[in-house]
Amino acid sequence: MTMRSGIRLATSIYAILIYGFIFLPVATLVLFSFQATLFPIPPFTGPSLRWYQAVLSDDRLTSALPNSLFVAVISSAMATLLGFLAAWGFARFRVPASAVLRGLITLPLTVSYLIIGMGLLVLFNGLGFPKSLTAAGIGHVVINLPLCFAILYSQMGEHQANIERAARDLGAREWQVLLLVTAPMLWPALFASFFLSMTFSWDEFVISFLLTRFDTTLPVEIWNLLRSGLNPKTNAIGSLVFLVSIAFVLLFELALFRKPRS
Amino acid sequence: MTEKARGSTFGGLLPWLVVSPAVLWTLAFFAAPFIAMAVVSLTLHEGGGFSFANYQQFFSNPSYYQALVNSLEVTLIVTVISILLAYPFAWILAEQIPEKWQRLALILAVLPFWTSYVVRSYSWLLVLAEKGVVNNTLLQLGLIAEPIQLANTRFATVVGFVHFFVMLLTLTIFANLKQLSPSYRKAAADLGAGPVSTFLHVILPLTFPGIMVGAFLTFVLAIGDYITPQILGGNNELLMPQLIMLQIGRRGDFPLASALSILLMAVVTMAYLASARWLKIERA
Repeated sequence: MTMRSGIRLATSIYAILIYGFIFLPVATLVLFSFQATLFPIPPFTGPSLRWYQAVLSDDRLTSALPNSLFVAVISSAMATLLGFLAAWGFARFRVPASAVLRGLITLPLTVSYLIIGMGLLVLFNGLGFPKSLTAAGIGHVVINLPLCFAILYSQMGEHQANIERAARDLGAREWQVLLLVTAPMLWPALFASFFLSMTFSWDEFVISFLLTRFDTTLPVEIWNLLRSGLNPKTNAIGSLVFLVSIAFVLLFELALFRKPRS
Repeated sequence: MTEKARGSTFGGLLPWLVVSPAVLWTLAFFAAPFIAMAVVSLTLHEGGGFSFANYQQFFSNPSYYQALVNSLEVTLIVTVISILLAYPFAWILAEQIPEKWQRLALILAVLPFWTSYVVRSYSWLLVLAEKGVVNNTLLQLGLIAEPIQLANTRFATVVGFVHFFVMLLTLTIFANLKQLSPSYRKAAADLGAGPVSTFLHVILPLTFPGIMVGAFLTFVLAIGDYITPQILGGNNELLMPQLIMLQIGRRGDFPLASALSILLMAVVTMAYLASARWLKIERA
């Protein structure tokens, strides 16, 4: 009995220490975003909202936010669409060299973002394609397409294939099957793909950093802020981004994992 | 699997029509860039014909290959520490916490995972800075007389990485532990094994493939990351991604940056081949 309670005590202490380690930087970030003075270091002088005001009146930051959302929404929609069509094609039809092509589509998952961004930079530079949000968006589709494809391909079961066959027997054309039967059945997987792509694109830094110039995304603007060293303004924008991400996650939880009440 | 359709509509074109956008996209924006990078890596920034000069430069210049050595050292340290910290934590979450609280405990444990990656590294800078939380606390407790340098060191890079990967590995190892059937534990107990030997001889070997997958993921993500070493480690000691970005930023030397990127990719591929044996077990 004593040994068991000893284990319990040790594991509790260990868990508390790890939770502390995980939350220490985030708690520090949020606390000192309310700092009243110039430096986000102890002692705490707030609470004050002056740095949040500074963020909201910073044109570069406020214009980077819609840029980020724009790139995230468009590139995620694109990755989900391409991934969905390919997953459906590979799952339902006999495609020559299927295994090789599926391998090709998922290959970017194993390559780091830095190298994908470098490759696109070298290619676009050679082709004279200018640095832009579009270029960054293309990169985001490259990193998210394998993920969307893998998720959707794994969800294309035999059960849906039978329903599709029934729809065809009843006279539906292929595009009607895809749009009115397959897509609605796979709604949760489509949503998961889109959502995951959104979060990865929203948070992606190095590809956007390499491929954009004047108009850029929020992580790149935050990076630019870091050049000024420790600054409560960075804490404030960081806390706001954290808040948005938590909202994303809660939305995801509610939409996908909410269990039926009964 | 029942018979797949051959796609009679559109004269058998339909399968190609739906598959080709994704394939073409990957060829145009993943394969072509890689080929472009390989070609450019054989040229020189100063001009001239094709040669392996960039690669030779890497292996003959100590300050260049030192970056690769640093990267490998940091990545290995991070992978080992992260697994050692995450495994017991995941085990506590999966075994010691009542079932109905597990989901909440896990969500809390990975909540900071969802903050911006750049911001998360900056947050550690706040904690580790000369007048930051750690130094301030140690000074007030009288444990140190002078602030110790924590930021802009390898230590800071490792802490930032470990923070991220403990969360990631806790997720994967937790999932792994939950998949184990309770009958394994019962069988071990029936055969007379105590909790410790059940863990060592049953639970640990069964979760080993999952640990290897997590370790590989950690290795790949850490060795290619620019943000954490740049923000927390600074420029005192360069890792490979920093060296690559330096060629682009300072000198616009695309050929050397391309060669370095391909070398980095080769290292990751070798790591994959070395661990493929264990990674495959997971899929079966």
